Amino acid sequence: MQLLELKEVSKFYGSYCALNRVSFSVPRGSIFGLLGPNGAGKTTTLRIINQILAPDEGQVLFENRPLRSDDVERMGYLPEERGLYKKMRVGEQALYLAQLKGLDRKEALKRLKYWFEKLEITGWWDKKVEQLSKGMAQKVQFVTTVVHDPALLIFDEPFSGFDPINASMLKNEILELKNRGATIIFSTHNMNSVEELCDAIALINRSQVILAGEVEAIKQQHKKNIFEVIFTGSVEAFQRALRTATFEILSIRTDRTQHQAVVKILSAPADNELLKSIIESVHVVSYREILPTMDEIFIDVVTGK
Amino acid sequence: MNKIKYIIAREFLTRVQRKSFWVLALLGPFLIASVIVLPVYFASLEDKEIKVIAVVDSSRVFVDRIPETKNLKFRYVENVNIARFIKNFQQEGYWGVLYISHVVTYSPNSVILFSHGQPGLAIKYHIENALKKEIEHRILQANGIEGLDKTLQALKSNVNLRMIKLDDQGNQKDSNTTLAMIVGYTSGFLIYLFIFLFGSQVMRGVIEEKTNRIIEVIVSSVRPFELMMGKIIGVAGVAILQFILWTGITFMLVSVGREALFPDLKRESSSLMMQQNVLQPEATKTIDSSQVSGESEGALTAHAVFEAIRQIDFVVILSSFLFFFLGGYLLYGALFAAIGSLVDNEADTQQFMLPVTIPLILAIYVMINTINNPDSALSFWFSMIPLTSPIVMMVQIPFGVPYWEVAVSMILLIAAFVFFTWFSAKIYRTAILMYGKQISYKEIWKWFKHS
Repeated sequence: MQLLELKEVSKFYGSYCALNRVSFSVPRGSIFGLLGPNGAGKTTTLRIINQILAPDEGQVLFENRPLRSDDVERMGYLPEERGLYKKMRVGEQALYLAQLKGLDRKEALKRLKYWFEKLEITGWWDKKVEQLSKGMAQKVQFVTTVVHDPALLIFDEPFSGFDPINASMLKNEILELKNRGATIIFSTHNMNSVEELCDAIALINRSQVILAGEVEAIKQQHKKNIFEVIFTGSVEAFQRALRTATFEILSIRTDRTQHQAVVKILSAPADNELLKSIIESVHVVSYREILPTMDEIFIDVVTGK
Repeated sequence: MNKIKYIIAREFLTRVQRKSFWVLALLGPFLIASVIVLPVYFASLEDKEIKVIAVVDSSRVFVDRIPETKNLKFRYVENVNIARFIKNFQQEGYWGVLYISHVVTYSPNSVILFSHGQPGLAIKYHIENALKKEIEHRILQANGIEGLDKTLQALKSNVNLRMIKLDDQGNQKDSNTTLAMIVGYTSGFLIYLFIFLFGSQVMRGVIEEKTNRIIEVIVSSVRPFELMMGKIIGVAGVAILQFILWTGITFMLVSVGREALFPDLKRESSSLMMQQNVLQPEATKTIDSSQVSGESEGALTAHAVFEAIRQIDFVVILSSFLFFFLGGYLLYGALFAAIGSLVDNEADTQQFMLPVTIPLILAIYVMINTINNPDSALSFWFSMIPLTSPIVMMVQIPFGVPYWEVAVSMILLIAAFVFFTWFSAKIYRTAILMYGKQISYKEIWKWFKHS
């Protein structure tokens, strides 16, 4: 079931087309990656979902109906460029931002207390934001993003600028939120960094979605029949066994007694054909298919391979 | 729109909690009070020194003829060598020496005042007048006019121009120009000051949110228009509180200062107040000089001032001040917010500040012109144009302005406020999310064409 769906959304800045008929859907309870190089239109897409910007064409559906203005209270947004009021106290400010998300004072205080304790930052409540380090401010920003328990969480380039400790904290908290039923949208230009987290993705390049769907399905679609074989025995015997038009050995590396070979199957492969060909010649330690990374798929799609 | 109350509260509270707000609250009235109290105090200090001037009158015409005042005394010395006397008159206790040559009646430049201190203009005029009068007197006498003293007495009159304005129905209305001028000037200038002071606070607030990068979080919760209006209204609250504090503290400082510096004045004025009450019934009709001839001169002026103050309609002035103060501030506040949204830091505001500063400065020029000539066409048009009307209209109101003019000016101001807020909101919501880009007027125009 879809929580969010974009249908043919376009956005123009003057004569410049920032988004060109962008369509994708975000399954409920999933982690969704919005991937693409810098300037592709990721932030514009997120701003349209947040209703900071209005689309010039197309439609955004939230729970299968057009987006409403009070839906912002069910979304939490951590923008790429994030900041806080420097002169305000941490607690005061978190309370203010929570109230802007529609929580009343009492409820906001209760939930903030929970999150401050969870992230072990209770002692900062009366500190001024300007006294906080960058890493500390990031924790506060994270709390203000999730405090109203949004159905949809949106993180723009979440791991850029986070130190490793905060980044892993963020990852764990996000997984926990997902387990509790939240839907999460990530955007990043660093595609490999979120690959392992994402259930589904949309690849954006030059204002257009060039690929969208579940990560596994996309990988299967773009796999190139490349396999990794680790074996012991004679390298020559291995090469001899595969000296046919069906196989191409891309590389062989030797690590002490073990050899690691990467082999591409050129023609449509029958099951285990590669294994059958070498099993007589060498001792196979491991055998697995190498699926392409998102980076590779992106480059392939962009260059039209 | 229900979240705007949180925005207003934050904008108000964070500013009121700042030290600078209270420093300004105390400093402003102190400056105003010192401007009112100190000159009077200094003037009174100078008055206390008694200056004794030796008069060496070679013509012997003016002996005992120069009138003395509280702190200016004249001693007529004879048979002195003037060259030696001007060297040692101080040892003999004189402040200065007035030398009158014997040719004074036909050579006016032959009077010299020697002194070590700098003589003030008052002394100069006092002596000149006295000598002039005496010479006139002598010439008239020489021409043989009968009953001269009586005639001269009759000639002495104190003219105090009393102005009565006629309205369209021909009703009379006393108008005291000086007081109207002071009230008009003060309110016009206060509006100017507050628009600049608090308009730029709105602007700085917008720039702060932009450079802090908190703006994107906020506008993902509320509409940019709500944020902009919340900020403008919140700062308006700060301005009103500041105004109330200034008025209250100024009033306190002036009364405390007056009591500390001029303890006599209070008694005098309260006794005058009693006289004023006694005089009340007739006084409301006319102040005839013969009617109050028994009064001292001071009581007469005080009476005139009280009468003039009574003539001013404070309800009208105060309510129109509040209207034009708020209207002007809201209009400019929206523009200042738009300017703030267009830049990344305060230093870049200058290219956009000019179109906002020019009408304000123009208004101040017209205001000064209006004080001299409240009914001119210039004042009329500038009191209608909404960008200058808050200041210019406020100067005219104490002089008396037809109600329809005030009404039209107010309606235009409201219309302009709506228009400029719409205009600014349009710029604001696009510009707040733009960084690191010099935005030109051409670009702003492009946004309008495309939206």
